[in-house]
Amino acid sequence: MKKRSILSLALAAALLVLPLAGCTESGSESGGSDGDTIKIGGLAPLTGDLSQYGVAVNNAVLMAVDDINKNGGVLGKQIEYLPEDEKGDVTEAINAYNKLVSEGVVAIVGDVTSAPSKAVAQKANDDGMPIITASGTDAEITLTGEYAYRACFIDPYQGMLMATYASKELGAKTAAILYDSGDSYSTGIADAFEETAKELGMTVTNKEGYAHSSTDFNAQLTKIKASNPDVLMLPVYYSDVVLILKQAKQQGLDCQFLGADGWDGVVPQLNGDDSINDLLAKSYFCSQYSASSDDPDLQAFLTTYKEKYGIDANMFAVLGYDAMHILADAIERAGSTDAEAIIQAMSETNYSGLTGTTTFDENRNPVREAVITTFEDGAYKVLETYQA
Amino acid sequence: MDFITQLLNGLGLGSIYALIALGYSMVYGIVQLINFAHGDIIMVGGYAIYVVLVMAGMPLWLAVLAPLVVCGLAGMLIERLAYQRLLTHNAERISLLITALGVSIFLQNLFMILFGSETKTMSPLFGSDSFALGGLSVTSATLINIVVSVVMMVMLQLLVNKTKIGKAMQATSEDAGAAKLMGINTKRIILLTFAVGSILAGVGAVLYINTYQQIRPTMGNLLGLKAFVAAVLGGIGSIPGAMLGGYLLGVLEQLTKAYITSEVTDAVVFAILIVVLLVRPAGLMGKNRKEKV
Repeated sequence: MKKRSILSLALAAALLVLPLAGCTESGSESGGSDGDTIKIGGLAPLTGDLSQYGVAVNNAVLMAVDDINKNGGVLGKQIEYLPEDEKGDVTEAINAYNKLVSEGVVAIVGDVTSAPSKAVAQKANDDGMPIITASGTDAEITLTGEYAYRACFIDPYQGMLMATYASKELGAKTAAILYDSGDSYSTGIADAFEETAKELGMTVTNKEGYAHSSTDFNAQLTKIKASNPDVLMLPVYYSDVVLILKQAKQQGLDCQFLGADGWDGVVPQLNGDDSINDLLAKSYFCSQYSASSDDPDLQAFLTTYKEKYGIDANMFAVLGYDAMHILADAIERAGSTDAEAIIQAMSETNYSGLTGTTTFDENRNPVREAVITTFEDGAYKVLETYQA
Repeated sequence: MDFITQLLNGLGLGSIYALIALGYSMVYGIVQLINFAHGDIIMVGGYAIYVVLVMAGMPLWLAVLAPLVVCGLAGMLIERLAYQRLLTHNAERISLLITALGVSIFLQNLFMILFGSETKTMSPLFGSDSFALGGLSVTSATLINIVVSVVMMVMLQLLVNKTKIGKAMQATSEDAGAAKLMGINTKRIILLTFAVGSILAGVGAVLYINTYQQIRPTMGNLLGLKAFVAAVLGGIGSIPGAMLGGYLLGVLEQLTKAYITSEVTDAVVFAILIVVLLVRPAGLMGKNRKEKV
């Protein structure tokens, strides 16, 4: 009896310590008193369903902080990065945000996905806290006010871009759309794609939705196959893309497949799969950078990331790295950690990073060219940069 | 023709629900526990296939066998560590339920630490051909799912009705106290029931991987929920009921997507379920058993 209770105590203690150990590991190494460091908060889903995106952003932000600190930090001080896990949940995100504010951060990199990003951005604007999301693509996030910025494209832009590309460059006359109706990223792109496609004289044969985290798309694909479209737009994330492409091929659906930046990550997903060439033939997607570009900074980042974390960096990681650098660059130019000064400097950003040269428009969205990527021999192949 | 294709698609999907639903139903039948960790057992099976086939590069027959063994053992281990003491001490049902939720969260986070949270993809286990039967196109995965699930149900029926162990299971389910007095080792029978239910989830994992070729630590959530609903729809505690519920749920889902709306499928499907349960509160094949005193 006694042995057992000691054992369970030990187990309980181990369970308590595990997550804590994780925290100290992922936290910034530079300690020191408040006066010697600049505290920057981080918000990301580090556990739970969306952690694959949050962990990527957080990993890359940690790398950016290390690089900046090695090069002398910001305003002569080291950056102290304080990441908070919000588990992909809006309420948790607000709690984590409040915690960061109470810890005295001067700015925040976050959040990662659209719904919590929007909620937190709203709070940040009420409080006057500069915030930049690496990957929250919902157009409304930065419309919450002048303190919210983003490092990634907004959803409608990508939908518009791909519809234009399909019509003008691929000569498509008919298009179908299959999207995640429970995800604002997906619906945002799908709606813009449909609108632009119709404006350009294309026929949208099917616009089929599916519930978030569905794994079976056979019903929708059977319907789409019956109307035989020239292109099928899949504005969804890569793990869904792989599922859909496999089921589409099984059903013998023969058309060109289009996607947006959620497709980045498709190739590592299919690593070692014999059918990769067959699956990805005739697919095109737009993204914010290309892993196969010969930019030395980008290649150095990708190599270091892989060495450090054991997996390939995806778009979330690249955007996370740029987001941290854009923020640090703005603080440096602002010459102080005053929120107003940082915001002023952010609006004048002209930063050359992994995703190209970024400036911000009046809605605090980045202005830069998109990269159209296709696939060859089981790898990404950059076709061209494109601006609709 | 399209209609029949959609129907077969639905049966294929429903087969996986049915196999998981059997586990829910058997465990509920014997200890009145809604084992919420059961959905995660299929995730454990999925990772077993991944480890054997992709990480270790071992042959296919091992990759098919491994999830059955791993799931069976995992099911017994969970029963032994998490539930057995609560059951022997006649703990409140609510304590059992909370423990089950705890086990579910523990398993998901354990696998997240072990394998990372990102989705992993692999090749289909048994090829990905599709057959055209006179205008009808059916994938091999769909056919395999349907055949395997029917075979499994027949085997389970034989086990429960024709063997000594099966009869002991029925007796324990009927009245555990009396069964114990008759010399049945109810503890062992409950453990075995968990093992059988989990092995069926292991078979479900093989079918799932062959059909969708994708795993992630949280894949058991929705799958488990749907299978649980299938078990309730069919009449929880009833083996043919769990199968019927699984098929019905799969077909309803697929036909709703095809002919009503593909955007709020789950809302429509669950609305239908509510109506069915209003008419038949014990489920389609459930017996309206009198309360035990």
